[in-house]
This record gives sequence, C-alpha cells and structure tokens, in this order.
Amino acid sequence: MQIKQIMEYLNAEVVCGEANLETEVHSAFGADMMSDVLAFVKDQSVLLTGLTNPQVIRTAEMVDMKCIVFVRGKQPDHTMIDLAIKKGIVLLKTTLRMYPACGILYMNGLEAGGTV
Amino acid sequence: MSGIKLSYRVDGDNFSSAGEASEQVKMRLKQLGVDSSIIRRVAIAMYEAEINMVIHAKGGMAYVEVEPDRIVLSLQDEGPGIADIELAMKEGYSTAPDTIRALGFGAGMGLPNMKKYTDEMKITSEVGKGTTVDMIIYLSAK
Repeated sequence: MQIKQIMEYLNAEVVCGEANLETEVHSAFGADMMSDVLAFVKDQSVLLTGLTNPQVIRTAEMVDMKCIVFVRGKQPDHTMIDLAIKKGIVLLKTTLRMYPACGILYMNGLEAGGTV
Repeated sequence: MSGIKLSYRVDGDNFSSAGEASEQVKMRLKQLGVDSSIIRRVAIAMYEAEINMVIHAKGGMAYVEVEPDRIVLSLQDEGPGIADIELAMKEGYSTAPDTIRALGFGAGMGLPNMKKYTDEMKITSEVGKGTTVDMIIYLSAK
C-alpha cells in the first residue's frame, strides 16, 4: 500500500514528508523499544511507535524505514522532524493506540514482514 | 575502493546526537557503492556500539576501515569497563539506567545484536580503564 493509504486507515496527519506519500510500503513493525527494532526488523518499512526522541528517527534510518507512525497522539519535536526531513522519512501521527493502529493496517494488507 | 580510513569522536554528553557517526558511515558506504544489506549490518552494529558508548562510557572514538574485502570497525572508550563480558553478551542483560530504558534502549540487546550483524566481534575490556569493541564484516557473502 502507499503511505497515503496508511493515513486514511489510521485517520493520521502528516508531520513531514508530504512529497513521499505515494511511496509503496509492504510491511510494518510496532515497538516502543528501539532495541527491539534494531534486533528484529528485517525488511519492514513502516515503524509504529509511541516513543518520541531523536533516537527513534536514527533507529528507523539505520534499518531503512520509509515511514514512522506515532501512535497515542504523540507529537515529535523539531529535532526529530528536522532529522526525518534530512533522511527523507515520512512522519505521521494518529490518536489511535498501538494495538488498533497495528490491527487496522494488518487487516488491510500491511504484512508483518520477515523475521531475522 | 581500498583502504579508506574514517574516524569519529562520539560525544558522550548528548544522547540526542548519539548515532551521528554511524549515520555518516552509512552515507559514506552508500557513496562507495557498498551492497545495501552490508551497509545495514555495519550501520546497526556501529549504532548499537555508539549508543553503548554514550550510555555507559561518556563517549569515545569510532574507527572505520573500508578494505577491499571487509569493513573493520573499532569503537574505543575510556569508560568503566565490563567486569564480566560473558554476562554482558547475554540477551536481556543490561546495566542501563531506567532513564535510558525510557528512551527505548537498554533492553540488553546491544552486544548480542552487534554479534549477530557482524562476522567477527571481539570485546577487550578492563575495569576502570575502558572498553574496545572490534568488529569485522566481510563484503562477500559469508
């Protein structure tokens, strides 16, 4: 699916990266522990998280994520937004909690992706 | 592409900037045309090591050598050292404070991850003196 479809499914707002909303993504990973993202992400290109600090963007960049969805209404700060713009990562935010956000995307065909 | 040497100072006072060196290495390897799956392994291993240095050792130095057949990483700090390396290598074992856990790290996956993503890894450490983590990733398939 395209990132803009994620926006529709989750009633999410774009924080930054409008130009890349048509990027195709196939699988996602949900976590608040960045250690787990680094340990378990293989080919997933969307990260759902409720954690907001600059290391979320860096972690996502290290594992080649294309989009980060902040759940539970979390708002990334300017440092994070600047970093995401620099790295070409789309940031979205939704008021949904982690479980329904992941569930909705999964039901609509965004897969869990490979495991390491 | 032979014998490129890079070195970075890892600032230990600022958790926000942790990972800058890994980011730069990632960009540099991309420019050099290194295979993306190799770049990813290097980036994750180095990033984990960099985060560790910031959490535990107030920063240090990161040295990267890009050789024709392999990438050699050496992360050196003058922190408190690791008393029991075997224990530190256990998945889930962590001495990171709660403040670090709240930032999404300190799950005890850092060292096991570095081992997982590299072909060779060696930790040299002396309590009170510091720690050096040497890692090698071969450019051709394992």
